Amino acid sequence: MEEIASLMQGFAVALTPFNLLLMLVGILLGVIIGVLPGLGGANGVAILLPLTFSMPPTSAIIMLSCIYWGALFGGAITSILFNIPGEPWSVATTFDGHPMAQKGKADEALTAAFTSSFVGAIVAVIVITFLAPLVARFALKFGPPEFFAVQFLTFASFIGMGKGSPFKTLAAMCLGFALAAVGLDNVTGQLRMTFDQEMLLNGFKFLVAVIGLFGIGEILSSMESGLNFSGAHAKIRLDAVLQTWKQMPRLWFTFLRSCIIGCWMGITPGGATPASFMSYGLAKQFSKNGKNFGKGEIEGVVAPETAAHAAGTSALLPMLTLGIPGSPTAAVLLGGLLIWGLQPGPMLFVEQPDFVWGLIASMYLGNVVGLILILTCVPLFAAILRIPFSIIAPIILVICAVGAYTVNNSIFDVWMMVVFGVIGYVFVKLSYPLPPLVLALVLGDMAEGSFRQSMLISQGDLSVFFSNWLVGSIMTLGLILLFWPALRWLITLRRSKPQHA
Amino acid sequence: MHGNDSSGDEMSLVTNRTMDIAVALLLLLVSAVVIYDSARLGFDWRENEGPASGYFPFYIALILASSSLVNLLRALFARHGVDSESFVSRPAFMRVLAVLIPAFIFVAVIQLLGLYIASALFIIAFMLTLGRESIIRSVAVGVTIPLALFVLFEIWFLVPLPKGPVENFLGY
Repeated sequence: MEEIASLMQGFAVALTPFNLLLMLVGILLGVIIGVLPGLGGANGVAILLPLTFSMPPTSAIIMLSCIYWGALFGGAITSILFNIPGEPWSVATTFDGHPMAQKGKADEALTAAFTSSFVGAIVAVIVITFLAPLVARFALKFGPPEFFAVQFLTFASFIGMGKGSPFKTLAAMCLGFALAAVGLDNVTGQLRMTFDQEMLLNGFKFLVAVIGLFGIGEILSSMESGLNFSGAHAKIRLDAVLQTWKQMPRLWFTFLRSCIIGCWMGITPGGATPASFMSYGLAKQFSKNGKNFGKGEIEGVVAPETAAHAAGTSALLPMLTLGIPGSPTAAVLLGGLLIWGLQPGPMLFVEQPDFVWGLIASMYLGNVVGLILILTCVPLFAAILRIPFSIIAPIILVICAVGAYTVNNSIFDVWMMVVFGVIGYVFVKLSYPLPPLVLALVLGDMAEGSFRQSMLISQGDLSVFFSNWLVGSIMTLGLILLFWPALRWLITLRRSKPQHA
Repeated sequence: MHGNDSSGDEMSLVTNRTMDIAVALLLLLVSAVVIYDSARLGFDWRENEGPASGYFPFYIALILASSSLVNLLRALFARHGVDSESFVSRPAFMRVLAVLIPAFIFVAVIQLLGLYIASALFIIAFMLTLGRESIIRSVAVGVTIPLALFVLFEIWFLVPLPKGPVENFLGY
């Protein structure tokens, strides 16, 4: 029960008035970010990152992670009231959430969504509390081949668990790797793909890419659909909250299943979005009321929201223990750690226990604060949505430009942000997935580094990746996931053949 | 993510298929550039150095090229139906350009006049022309936001943002 003691210590770190204030500010900002189109968890945190440079790292990450929780909560509001998913992972919430709102049960839908978000997050934090120290201790034994194997598994799981075309996933991912390679090569000191252009010396900053791809891209697609909000007014009455909570215990199995899906998809970087869809799909299949799904079934709100939050939260586990983020937002937080001079990975638990446990404790607190705050402030947040888009859009664009500039104090980055915005807009429309691109951009140098070190150790022998059971099994799992779409295709091909004959 | 109820009555500008082909060709071009530069750096095994600088990008570019080739062929030989759906209609494309072109101009103006003045001009212009808001409202928002950014960044958090001749004149 060493973890409990560490956790208590963490609470002592997190529970200062200053940190609690930051938590509150973070959640508020996060919900606003989650509600506004064009600002989401990943780019919201990326934009606000420079403001935290002068804070102590623990306070900084508490605020940033609270922005993330807030954004996760906020996405549900727009989905339910306006049928506009504020975040990609709340798309599945619109399926039943909005019909519920149309039937005048908006408060029940919102309560159900927030409660499930809370449950999903808390379960994921508990998983982190007990699993993360184990993983970290285990990972202390990792050498370069093991790290490369885990990174390989990370990327293979995008292909194995992605929804769209595996070739598009692969192309998006490789584009990320290629962009990551631009600039100075850390091993040999040679310049790669800069073509004597001075501004390319520093390479592409993934924070800029995140702000452009998700922020500007979203503004462009919102402009295209000529956005106008028309949604239900919402006020949450206390008796509706209690009424909804009474129904919750009945759904314990949905909660459990969604939590498992969420945690699994968060730790292996499937991400919150596929987790929410998968959870919704399974709930629909197994529920007694399955055929009512899509018409305003409360279970259809609970399942995706629980899974999305469990995934969003547990995505921080591999980030903290292995230095491998499970989602774009976790990647941005990882970027923050590096800027504050903290090296994410197994050593973090040994060298910076105050930081790690302070963060984990703040996850518990942040979600409790978030649940209370959001249940009481829904009308306020819904009012933000009534500000005309013609005011919101230019302000968000300006804020994105500020965020991109402050990453490295360079105007070139602001140009790149707009270009990435165009890429994001086109890629989303053609269903090229963006998370693999972002993670490849973040992990590119690291993955290449561990690959080259492994090659040096083995003198160029690829069998080093199968030299012991640990690295071998991770690698094998990665290969299975990589070829999973091909296997699935072969199986359906074989099954459908006899029918044709 | 967005409903395409409007695309039915609005004329399609390009189809998804055309865009798929264009993106695949563009990515093939990117991989060609990467392969070209990796060849310059070398992708062989070096004594005491391991794989040369071009090794990793070279193979990445090979994968990028082959997956883009698959995407290209799939788009080329796609059966009509899903892929011939509209990528963007002409009016929708105009709406996108209406924010994209000002965004590029905005960045250019940042370089000339600094971020604060550029933001004020951008917000006011955007609200007046695209939003058809009143002059008072536009100017109010356009002045408040840059001022708020100034207080937040320059005074509270001491993060300098690009400034131009106007700020210099005022002594910043």
